[in-house]
Amino acid sequence: MATEHSKASARIMIAPAVFVLLVWMLVPLCMTLYFSFADYRPLRATFDAWIGFDNYVSFLTSDSFISSVIVTLQMVAGILVITIGGGIALALLLDQPMFGQGIVRILVIAPFFVMPTVSALVWKNMFFNADNGLFSYLWKFFGAQPYDFLSQAPLFSIIVIVAWQWLPFSTLILLTAVQSLSSEQLEAAEMDGAPGYSRFWYIILPHLSRAITVVILIQTIFLLSIFAEIFVTTNGAFGTRTLTYLVYQRVLESQNIGLGSAGGIVAVILANIVAIFLMRIVGKNLDT
Amino acid sequence: MARAISPRKKMMWTVLAWFFGLLIFFPILWTFLTSFKAEAVAIADPPVWFFFDWTTENYTAVLGRSNYPLALMNSIVIAVGSTLLGIIIAVPAAWAMAFVPGRRTKDVLMWMLSTKMLPAVGVLYPLVLIAKYFNVMDSRILLVVILMLINLPIIVWMLYTYFREIPGEILEAARMDGASLRNEIIYVLTPMAVPGIASTILLNIILAWNEAFWTIILTTVSAAPLTKFISSFSAPEGLFYAKLSAASIMAIAPILVMGWFSQKQLVRGLTFGAVK
Amino acid sequence: MNMKTTILGTTVGFGLLVGLASAAMAEEITIATVNNGDMVRMQKLAPQWEQETGNTINWVVLEENVLRQNVTTDISTGGGQYDIMTIGTYEAPIWGKNGWLTSLEDGMSDDWNKDDLLPAIAGGLTVDGTLYAAPFYGESSMVMYRKDLMEKAGLEMPEAPTWDFIREAAQKMTDRDADINGICARGKAGWGENMAFLTAMSNSFGARWFDMDWKPQFDSEEWKNTIDFYLGMMEESGPAGAANNGFNENLTLFQQGKCGMWIDATVAASFVTNPTDSTVADQVGFALAPDNGLGKRGNWLWAWSLAIPSSSKKVDVSKDFISWATGQSYTELVAGEEGWANVPPGTRKSLYENQEYLDAAPFAKMTLDSINSADPQNPSVQEVPYTGVQFVAIPEFAGIGTQVGQQFSDALAGNQTAEQALENAQSITSEEMEAAGY
Repeated sequence: MATEHSKASARIMIAPAVFVLLVWMLVPLCMTLYFSFADYRPLRATFDAWIGFDNYVSFLTSDSFISSVIVTLQMVAGILVITIGGGIALALLLDQPMFGQGIVRILVIAPFFVMPTVSALVWKNMFFNADNGLFSYLWKFFGAQPYDFLSQAPLFSIIVIVAWQWLPFSTLILLTAVQSLSSEQLEAAEMDGAPGYSRFWYIILPHLSRAITVVILIQTIFLLSIFAEIFVTTNGAFGTRTLTYLVYQRVLESQNIGLGSAGGIVAVILANIVAIFLMRIVGKNLDT
Repeated sequence: MARAISPRKKMMWTVLAWFFGLLIFFPILWTFLTSFKAEAVAIADPPVWFFFDWTTENYTAVLGRSNYPLALMNSIVIAVGSTLLGIIIAVPAAWAMAFVPGRRTKDVLMWMLSTKMLPAVGVLYPLVLIAKYFNVMDSRILLVVILMLINLPIIVWMLYTYFREIPGEILEAARMDGASLRNEIIYVLTPMAVPGIASTILLNIILAWNEAFWTIILTTVSAAPLTKFISSFSAPEGLFYAKLSAASIMAIAPILVMGWFSQKQLVRGLTFGAVK
Repeated sequence: MNMKTTILGTTVGFGLLVGLASAAMAEEITIATVNNGDMVRMQKLAPQWEQETGNTINWVVLEENVLRQNVTTDISTGGGQYDIMTIGTYEAPIWGKNGWLTSLEDGMSDDWNKDDLLPAIAGGLTVDGTLYAAPFYGESSMVMYRKDLMEKAGLEMPEAPTWDFIREAAQKMTDRDADINGICARGKAGWGENMAFLTAMSNSFGARWFDMDWKPQFDSEEWKNTIDFYLGMMEESGPAGAANNGFNENLTLFQQGKCGMWIDATVAASFVTNPTDSTVADQVGFALAPDNGLGKRGNWLWAWSLAIPSSSKKVDVSKDFISWATGQSYTELVAGEEGWANVPPGTRKSLYENQEYLDAAPFAKMTLDSINSADPQNPSVQEVPYTGVQFVAIPEFAGIGTQVGQQFSDALAGNQTAEQALENAQSITSEEMEAAGY
């Protein structure tokens, strides 16, 4: 049983991790908070330490803010749908008996090792490019006009790139979950003559729910801060400007540190709302 | 595997799985092939697949223009260093959370995860100013620390889910025998936790290797890793697909090979407690 | 005996001193530059300077966007990571004014002849009479066209075409089944990408960014004409992925023979006429950027330049390198190694008086004429409160220009109409200018 003594030592053991994360959260965050109330524009050599809530007002009231929040949600949702749907299908497929299972698994997990900048560059230039990309050759092969993915379906294109990188991750977690499903259960269902889809719906899917929640949680954490893929492909054009990217534009392109910092604080607050929301669901699912 | 499988069915699954496997792998394969083409061949219409004059001139060109060994070394030091530092801090924390859970353990864990949502750009200037103040811009130690901090929540969580699966009775027994806390960790816990720690290390090396915001902004030369190396080749004047492919392959090959060799360990650790 | 030891001692001491001095001289400098062809060549030739001086260089060669992101962060926080930065005509005056750059008025090597610089180029890098950056290569924009396709279309390119002629010629040259697009022009969003082209183009249509009260002018008739014309021409004769095409993409297309005409930087001339990279090298003709009969041509002015941030502690060595890289002897070095056509163009008068260069570079005269005809002080037909041809030299422009560029890029992709794009451009610019305190 946990004694007072072991509780005390547990606290000491947790302390370093909590401490470094607190410092990491608080120091830059406090500075950002400080800047967010300042008129700080280095290119104009302007620094006015207190201008009240002006930065917040102009960040929140500009048209780009709401649209960037919507784009962020669409992007994250799109990627989650593809990676989870595709991940379940692939996990079930990889669980079947086959020749060379190990090699197939190696092929499937490979995209996870590719750095975001590289995968964005490869997709943009060698696949999506309307004149020299592979897809445009494919389109022409079938007699269609080349399609300019990045301007005609920009959000979808970026979703494809990111989903390609994260599909291996969800597949692996879901595969482990599928493999832990007892075959007796399935066989019993098969004996009872339950058709394939109802076996999937009533036995497999509930069994996977926990793994799915974990995938959603982890991926959302990473996806909310997608940057490299947008920076490389569209630079935020064609309505692909996420909240993170909007803050980037304010800070680095417009060199308005005050406004960008206000945006950063807004982003932190929104991310934490999403986090609390997620934790609620996940917490429920993980406890049981 | 109790079910009897007809060979026909097995064949069908094999074909299907290989088809999707190759489909997913295709972009990497295509990049690999392109890296051995001459620039003009790389954009040939129609595309050429395997039968062209294989050349290594792109690799020579890329090596001649940049300091690949240094970038590779930096990537390794930063990825491995930040992961190990993270493990050292995270193991005690995760251990305590798993075996001496308090009322707030879950909240602390969730709070740690939420720090990961801090958008990097928002704190860019503060961090650059801090780094400048401590005179650590463009140093490996700065990146080791920052990437450690970014990934620490994930490390703690992975280890926590791992440790939780270790039956508490074993520890009770060890404690009864009079094992000290230190011995308990070294002789009882560690052997059982090694697979979990190994896969945590692997996953975090991958995440640190691929981090492409801080590693680009906070480095210039001496600490610049492969993520920065790549941006020398991303959009130069003129034809560049083949050289870009060569540089890409050089940037991802080490981690890809490591991943393939250790995929069993990695896969075992990727459950995040999702499987009971 | 005594004498001898003294002499010996002196000699040894002197030798030691010389050794020490040269050891102290040998320094390591860090240079950030963009991965354009001419800079990559500089990197390749730089070991020669390193051997001559004993100094070493750390190169940070980056793609343009990443370079900007890095050097801007560094300079505005006084990071001091670089001794030499590659910047353009937009940054130099703003940074110079903030006191972030070291003056190049003195300390340059003796044979680095400042008076030899083209006045139009040097002017853009000077603030209050002080030169803050040395031009590495300069450029304007012009029309590059395929002589064979022009002939096939039954037309002849005048030396100074009008926009109407360009549009008509583009239409006649276009053959989409054969993968030939009459006109290639920038569509990729960015203040240095499509907005460079469009702003320069708008000047010839009589438009301007701001009126004398700094009020944005996207609601003007002139801008509407510019955008309508641009979108119409690109739709009729432009390539499929035009909205994603920047300088590099169009260069590739032109080299592959997929463009009839291309309006872009003069520096591209040496790439499209280079037979190893270009399939159409022997068929390229040049003309001045088009006009609309209003007295201004749609050509811009830019110079990639080397500057020393004030945070650098190795000013002398850095000045020595800049003198080497932007001086006349470097030009001769490149000419010797790679031929006259490949020397960095557009910075020095002497280059355009050099017969060898004029013989090797058919585009030389057109480049010089284009550079000389650009007027950063009076860019538009109407009066303006700013300087800069294809940009507005205020710190806010990079941010505004990119956002406005995204609107026009979106219109080019067919995702919104010209009216919507202009309306959005107007409101974005108004909002930003208000925030900036105009």
